[in-house]
Amino acid sequence: MNIKLNGAEAETGAKTLKQLCDMLGYDLEAKIATAVNGEFMAKAERDNYQLASGDEIEIVAPRQGG
Amino acid sequence: MMLEFYGQQVASRLLMGTALFPSPDILQKAVRASHASIVTVSVRREAASAQSGQSSQSGQGFWELIRQLDVRVLPNTAGCKSVKEAVTTAKMARELFETNWIKLEVIANDDTLQPDLFGLVEAAKILCDEGFEVFPYTTEDLGAAERLLEAGCEILMPWGAPIGSARGLNNPFALESMRAYFPDTPLIIDAGIGAPSHAARAMEMGYDAVLLNTAIAKAGDPVHMAKAFAGAIEAGRSAFLAGVMEPRDMASPSTPVAGTPFFKLD
Repeated sequence: MNIKLNGAEAETGAKTLKQLCDMLGYDLEAKIATAVNGEFMAKAERDNYQLASGDEIEIVAPRQGG
Repeated sequence: MMLEFYGQQVASRLLMGTALFPSPDILQKAVRASHASIVTVSVRREAASAQSGQSSQSGQGFWELIRQLDVRVLPNTAGCKSVKEAVTTAKMARELFETNWIKLEVIANDDTLQPDLFGLVEAAKILCDEGFEVFPYTTEDLGAAERLLEAGCEILMPWGAPIGSARGLNNPFALESMRAYFPDTPLIIDAGIGAPSHAARAMEMGYDAVLLNTAIAKAGDPVHMAKAFAGAIEAGRSAFLAGVMEPRDMASPSTPVAGTPFFKLD
């Protein structure tokens, strides 16, 4: 299905957000946080979230900031 | 009495941003030279290809670098232009950095990066209600400041000048009013500082701390400048505690007049 991943069009075979993260190489230890369609999605909820076509996924990590 | 933010004792009155440094090594050395005990960080999209390595350019690598410094992190919501973006970013930051602290920025305008005070108050209320400990990046507007305190903020962070502008304290009169109006609220000057003298002036006014980034990161020698800011902030604080004399219009000799040689009454 087609989704938007960090602002870019992407195609994925993942069924859940956790699967998507796994397929991108982010295991449970990875220092990332997620949001779906503008709403925060906690780490514990990623497994339950069924991806839908057109979902806008954000995957963020720690970065320098002012 | 030691400075406290949300019940946490704060060892240094200099809060330092971690962006724009020439290299991760210089960032680490500058943080150490500044003796800052709190540094600001952000959350940003990460390319899937960047996360596998431990490069300091990747999020994982950057996090490792910060961990080595043994400082407390204050995540920000930099770049957010709506309440929803800021709230979601804050929640992602809370999970990522495992802290309830959030430097709340809701930006109104790209040119000035000034806070959207209406959005700021709204977002602060939502986040305080959800258990966040909010450090709002605001202006010197007293009405907005009162709304932020009513929303549950226990700290205010008025700007000195627009972010990254190095103009110092644009409106010292209003900043002095703010200090006088909120004598018991921790007040941090956030943004716009360019030179150590700007930071010293803020501290002489009685501000509790200064948060800065670009002035150190973009200095010719960031490590040396970090040390300079640490000294200026300490000096400004000491001066405030000591009590700076009032200026006067006319000269007043410091050397005793009595006994001046060749003195004659006119």
